[in-house]
Amino acid sequence: MIEIRIHGRGGQGAVVASEILARAAVKDGMRVAAFPFFGVERRGAPVTAFCRIDDKPIRIHAGIYEPDYVIVLDPKLMEFVDVCQGLKPNGEILMNTTRSKEELGINKPNKTWIVDATGIALKHGLGSETAPIVNTAIVGAFAKIFPKVSLESVLKSIEEAAPTKKDANVAAAKEAYHMVKEA
Amino acid sequence: MIEVMTANYAAAYAVKLARVGVIAAYPITPQSSISEKLAEMYVKGELHGKYFLVESEHSAMSMLIGASYAGARTFTATSSHGLALMHEMLFWAVGARRPIVMAVVARALAPPWNIWGDHMDVMSERDTGWMQFFCENNQETLDTILMAYKISENRSVMLPSMVIEDGFILSHTYEAVDIPDQDEVDDFLPPFDPEWKIDFNDPRRFGGLTMPDWWSEFRYRIALDQEVARKKIVEVDKEFERKFGRSYGGLVEFYNCDDAEVALVLAGSAVGTAKEVSDKMRERGKKVGVVKLKTFRPFPAEELKKLNDMVPVVGVFDRSYTFGYGGALYSEVRNGIYDPAGGALVKNYVGGMGGKDFTPKNMEFIFEDLLRIKKEGKVDKMVEWINIKDGTGRW
Repeated sequence: MIEIRIHGRGGQGAVVASEILARAAVKDGMRVAAFPFFGVERRGAPVTAFCRIDDKPIRIHAGIYEPDYVIVLDPKLMEFVDVCQGLKPNGEILMNTTRSKEELGINKPNKTWIVDATGIALKHGLGSETAPIVNTAIVGAFAKIFPKVSLESVLKSIEEAAPTKKDANVAAAKEAYHMVKEA
Repeated sequence: MIEVMTANYAAAYAVKLARVGVIAAYPITPQSSISEKLAEMYVKGELHGKYFLVESEHSAMSMLIGASYAGARTFTATSSHGLALMHEMLFWAVGARRPIVMAVVARALAPPWNIWGDHMDVMSERDTGWMQFFCENNQETLDTILMAYKISENRSVMLPSMVIEDGFILSHTYEAVDIPDQDEVDDFLPPFDPEWKIDFNDPRRFGGLTMPDWWSEFRYRIALDQEVARKKIVEVDKEFERKFGRSYGGLVEFYNCDDAEVALVLAGSAVGTAKEVSDKMRERGKKVGVVKLKTFRPFPAEELKKLNDMVPVVGVFDRSYTFGYGGALYSEVRNGIYDPAGGALVKNYVGGMGGKDFTPKNMEFIFEDLLRIKKEGKVDKMVEWINIKDGTGRW
């Protein structure tokens, strides 16, 4: 079983990101449980969403404390949220940033991937300068680093789950898939 | 067709597939996305029946009682304070013998304010005469709603059903759900065909004053028909399995119990976590079993009595509490399996209330505690609250 934790802010689409990931994994023949931290979210406030992916039905109904992957939609969250908390020793990090691992202050040996999801989202007209909607780009990037979920399934899931601008969201995911690199 | 959806959407799809005639609902967290999805389906013309947004949960239940009298298949959904507000009409639905099906997205009751899940709301309606079915996951929520109509509308039963899904833990979690074909559901669940209904050409009196001499007869019939329901629940579960390939045990499911040293009885979404932990502990040679209480009313006492022959120690996990005594499941289970010649020792564990995460580690703690009790041969205390900060309520 693979456990993923997504950190974002209310409005960035962390919860929808977990839903898209879940839809894609099911298309690729796996079973899932995707859920938000059940808080009282407001725009801009820290939001956490989770996704479990496995070959067989997932029976656990509890939070994720030791994730295999951490996805960070806004690196500024790191100033007050320990996004790496509980991350498995061989776990990996995917971050929306243009900065290096050192500049971000990640001193963990975990493999870290970066993608400029904000730049990609804005280029495709998703959200605004102050509130870019980066979820579809980041899930596209995740399909690259997590080979169990195919880009094709992610794109189909975005078409299903994105309420508006389906084409732009698909294009952003595709671009992020090709742009993501190791920090 | 496999789709990824929350338990709330799974419930809405079940209502659509059941071709419900009248839906009346009032929004409340975490139920709201059931009634929102149904409203959306109604506006798009996808629903068989009519949808009414009413001014309160009390009105929702009142409207459904009337609609059901008129011969409609009916549905509503609620949570917590909404269910509590319905309380009066819940008795009325039973006394009027209306086979209403209601999804209860189980949630805590305030204060302090809390929108998250536990079982206080559903346990507080135990004595109304409704049948109560707990669900472990999203698929089971959809399937149970379909089965509930079939059980409730059986002319020998004619009692309403609560289909219980844990607030947020299921209601807001996306899982893969197999949505059955409409044809298959139509074949399984024929239209509601009551023995009698409101007919202006054949006037009758409903629910009028009943003198003491006859009152008990009505109550005795409800008691008898809950017993009939007990059999129908098992039959319908078997029929559902034949048709759709999925079974939930009807009243009770015993998991990993055959050679178990101890067993834990519980209901709802935590059952899955317990099964997972039980499998893991067995890999380490610790034989722990799980008893899933699918049906709380009618209460499966006879089935649970088998536990006395299976294990020397039984734990009961409650997401609710009867203040001044113990957990609601606990008192029922201990009473149900009571054997004057001995029988299993029983201990109560209370936790996961008001949305507090109940983790595999918490579950393992319970199993280890039960194994310790088995070794020591006695129960140290009746109730153990799990994962409490320090018990003072201060921090």
